[in-house]
Amino acid sequence: MPYALCFLLFMIGLYCAVVKKNMVKIVIGILIMEYAVNLFLVMLGFRWGGRAPIITAEDMVGGSLSELFVNSSVDPLPQALVLTAIVISLGSLALMISICIRTYERYGTFDITQIRRLKG
Amino acid sequence: MTIPLPVFVAIPLVTAFLLPLFGKKGKAAATALANLATLLLLVSAVTLVGQSRVYEIGKWSIPLGINLVLDGLSCLLLLAISVVSCATMLFSVRYMEQYTSKSKYLSLFMLMVAGMNGVVLSGDIFNLFVFLEIASLASYALVGFGCEHEELEASFKYMVLGSIASTFILFGVALVYGNTGSLNMAYISKAIQSSGMNAGLAFALCLFMTGFGLKAALVPFHAWLPDAHPSAPAPISAMLSGVLIKSLGVYALVRIIFNVFGVSVSVSWVLISLGVLSMVIGVFLAVGQWDFKRLLAYHSISQMGYVVLGIGIGALILARGGNIAWASLAILGGLFHLVNHAVFKSLLFLTSGSIQMSTGTRQLKELGGLTEKMPLTRTTCSIASASIAGIPPFNGFWSKLIIVISAVQAGFLSLAAVTVIVSLVTLISFLKIQRYIFLGELPENLQEVKENKGTMAIAMASLACLCVLMGLLLIPSLRESILEPAVTVLTDGMRYSTNIINM
Repeated sequence: MPYALCFLLFMIGLYCAVVKKNMVKIVIGILIMEYAVNLFLVMLGFRWGGRAPIITAEDMVGGSLSELFVNSSVDPLPQALVLTAIVISLGSLALMISICIRTYERYGTFDITQIRRLKG
Repeated sequence: MTIPLPVFVAIPLVTAFLLPLFGKKGKAAATALANLATLLLLVSAVTLVGQSRVYEIGKWSIPLGINLVLDGLSCLLLLAISVVSCATMLFSVRYMEQYTSKSKYLSLFMLMVAGMNGVVLSGDIFNLFVFLEIASLASYALVGFGCEHEELEASFKYMVLGSIASTFILFGVALVYGNTGSLNMAYISKAIQSSGMNAGLAFALCLFMTGFGLKAALVPFHAWLPDAHPSAPAPISAMLSGVLIKSLGVYALVRIIFNVFGVSVSVSWVLISLGVLSMVIGVFLAVGQWDFKRLLAYHSISQMGYVVLGIGIGALILARGGNIAWASLAILGGLFHLVNHAVFKSLLFLTSGSIQMSTGTRQLKELGGLTEKMPLTRTTCSIASASIAGIPPFNGFWSKLIIVISAVQAGFLSLAAVTVIVSLVTLISFLKIQRYIFLGELPENLQEVKENKGTMAIAMASLACLCVLMGLLLIPSLRESILEPAVTVLTDGMRYSTNIINM
């Protein structure tokens, strides 16, 4: 169920990016898509009642990891991926917004139906 | 001496961060440094020919750490990237004097090279995504580098579609991780082999095909390319058309399909239909264009269609369990056309830049009679046009011939016929270019036009020499060291995982 909601969020973002005419709204749509994917990644590593995967002395039983640790710790990798993805989307957001601002300076509008000098 | 693989990402990345420090005063020094870096990359790429190895970053062994993988296919792409970036960097020395803040341009250029090298060397899909974003972000900024109306518009369009593609790819990566528990390509492939495909993985494959298809500008996803490529400065158009759409789009797509998910009949048909659609629609849209660079951009779509068609036919033969030799021939044709296209299309964009710099326009109707005024540009442009139209003995002819032969061999006579017809239409549109730019009356306002000399001439002449000589890649000794290993990587398919794990 949470996965379906996550996919719904993704589709809302895609709809917004494809259908909206305002440049800023398109950028927001792309961001919603990125957040949906980030949310999906975080959910992959989620576990009810899970705990941080840090090995302490109590977790070692006879030289190997205890069963409790293996069964209750969360997967840390998706969190590392999400951090990287957030940094990347921050970079692309900055570039997108700066291009929007430059375009506004040139054309005096954010409406993409009026920004149409390229054709063919 | 063996060169460690991270060098290919580290050199351009470090140079990219050093270059803006030079500022306005040290423009000459910055240019020299950037050229040195691309030259160094070219030399290192040449020394890697014929090698294959795995580099584990920080000595973390494979499933735990990040690894870089060099095999035949990566090596082929690295060579193409290095050759084209070296030539275009040489061209930019003089060409980019028209623009302000040259050091920022050089920095973005090196960042793009770092991203592309990373994509072709990366051994796990998440790093592939990260490098892909580095290269894409640099290219969005470079497309809008002039900051004029059209350039900003093209850049925004490219950026929106590119960001959607990246999001699709990241979603695919997340689905693959959720279903196989690994990000390393070799281990994902192993997991898929043992447990088989499920709905999640199939959906991930669709997402990858859409995402990389958008990056490669195959036909249903091509809308951004004809705007973005002509708007960039000429050397960047050459880089974008020459190597960016290949390394970010076709290479990644082919790597994921052949080596990670494994070929299947339905996926091969998707590849073949994407290829044919791009080939036909691209070329017919190109014929009607009057803007030189826009025409070339449409031809990029059409030529990428050839590459994907060749590889798709190979995939279909492999998926049906047919003759491996036929499959190898088809894939060889596709990959050979990929490198050939990198050379002749970047040369065509460089000549368009040279013409634009001398005459101030790239509208075919405003040009004419430049043969006498710009002899070198004329010669190189004719060589490149002959290559792309598939006239013997230039390189484009050989790769198109191989694709046609393999289509006939596989029993697709209609596909072979379409390939030949598209090639003829390509010839027509390049005759149009020759006719309107170099022959006919010289317009009044172009009487004072001068040929571009120096580094621009060297860059164009060296690429033209490559166009003539690259047919030699088919002679057995060179073929076995450069093209064959790349083909073997793909025909091996799922054996990739065991090869990597045992290496």
